[in-house]
Amino acid sequence: MISETYTLVVNGSSYQVVDGHPSESLLWVLRERLELSGSKNACEEGECGSCTVLVDEEIVCSCLVLAASAVGREITTIEGLGSDGEISDVQKAFVEAGAVQCGFCTPGLLVAIDQLLNTDPDPDDLTVKEAISGNLCRCTGYGRILEAVRIASKDRKAQNEEEINK
Amino acid sequence: MGVIIAKSVNEACDVLAENPATTVLAGGTDLMVQVNRGAKSLESVLDLSRILELKKWSIEGSEIVLGAGISYTDLTNPQLAKLVPALAQAARTVGSPQIRNAGTLGGNLATASPAGDTIPALVAMDAFLKLKSSTETREVSMTEFVTGVKTNVLKPGEIIESVRIPVFEGPQEFLKVGTRNAMVISVVSLALVKDHLGRKLRVGVGSVSPVPFRAAAAEEFISHEFDWETNSGPSEKVISKFSELVADSTEPIDDHRGTANYRKHAVKVLAKRALERVCEGDVA
Repeated sequence: MISETYTLVVNGSSYQVVDGHPSESLLWVLRERLELSGSKNACEEGECGSCTVLVDEEIVCSCLVLAASAVGREITTIEGLGSDGEISDVQKAFVEAGAVQCGFCTPGLLVAIDQLLNTDPDPDDLTVKEAISGNLCRCTGYGRILEAVRIASKDRKAQNEEEINK
Repeated sequence: MGVIIAKSVNEACDVLAENPATTVLAGGTDLMVQVNRGAKSLESVLDLSRILELKKWSIEGSEIVLGAGISYTDLTNPQLAKLVPALAQAARTVGSPQIRNAGTLGGNLATASPAGDTIPALVAMDAFLKLKSSTETREVSMTEFVTGVKTNVLKPGEIIESVRIPVFEGPQEFLKVGTRNAMVISVVSLALVKDHLGRKLRVGVGSVSPVPFRAAAAEEFISHEFDWETNSGPSEKVISKFSELVADSTEPIDDHRGTANYRKHAVKVLAKRALERVCEGDVA
């Protein structure tokens, strides 16, 4: 039985949640208790995808995950994407393609696209559109987002080949 | 008080027996919307999502048994989709990848919404639900399970353990109308299942009545009219009569997603399209 104090593993680090209420969503706990405010809160009903995180390597809306039920799961947020203070390849591709306007949908899109490329390194446009169908961009910059995925996918392929040739 | 993460069905049933008021959590995609809106405050929660036995599926004779914890994403697994295509198609239309990863078959059934996407498919296939409590295991048919708008026969202390579905020989089709492709709650949905051996075309409809149901008169008509010997597609006149009978059996309402008139029209279109596709699918 989990009381109001529990531990979450986020981006490989353990965080203790103290005095949690059973109704708190993972999104709320990430933002308000753990100060990981990269995941955005917009609709709180799973419609917009701006709170997308990975739970055990699957994309989910963190607003629809009960925080205390995520104990023992591996949670990855946008903060966990880059390493050593460097932004990730998908993030770089977003910058290069100019795929960010207001930026509110961006963290969710980045998590979803990073996971897509982990499982399918060379997706066609239809696959990408399908993979991000749960991430709404209301600045309607999807053209550049698709372009960013193409760039990131190409970069990853080049990197993989380089590693094979080593 | 607090959140209990159950590891087995028996443990879950024991927890519920001790405290029947505990809120049961499956994928959370319905429940958490209520919680986030402030419409529901959770005091004690029983989380079923970590029970491995609820995520399994198996073939038992001429039937397939699906654990209630299977996600919509799991339902689109090609192996499963081959056996119960209409259910896989229905699962594929749910929400977005995020929602399909989290939401479960059992959760969809327990919510028992008139627009629940898996329900018309399961109704058409005559599925049975296995319900379990600490003292009793019982089976109810899909049509008995949902009793009204978001109500079902689950008793306090009971959970859905599995769903048993006959595997039919013949093509199946699930169709749904909404304002766009992703993230849509159905305005009308329809499942058509061809049962070669039973010589029956089975039709389940959703979002056109308080409870998804089988269009019995339309089924009887088309099953009788269909040429089971040559397996050739019915005439336009027969198809149109069939779709009218489906529409006649519905009792849709006006709401923010669509009008009753539109639903009557749309269900007719879906019935015609599903029948044509099922017949085409047979030729191929």
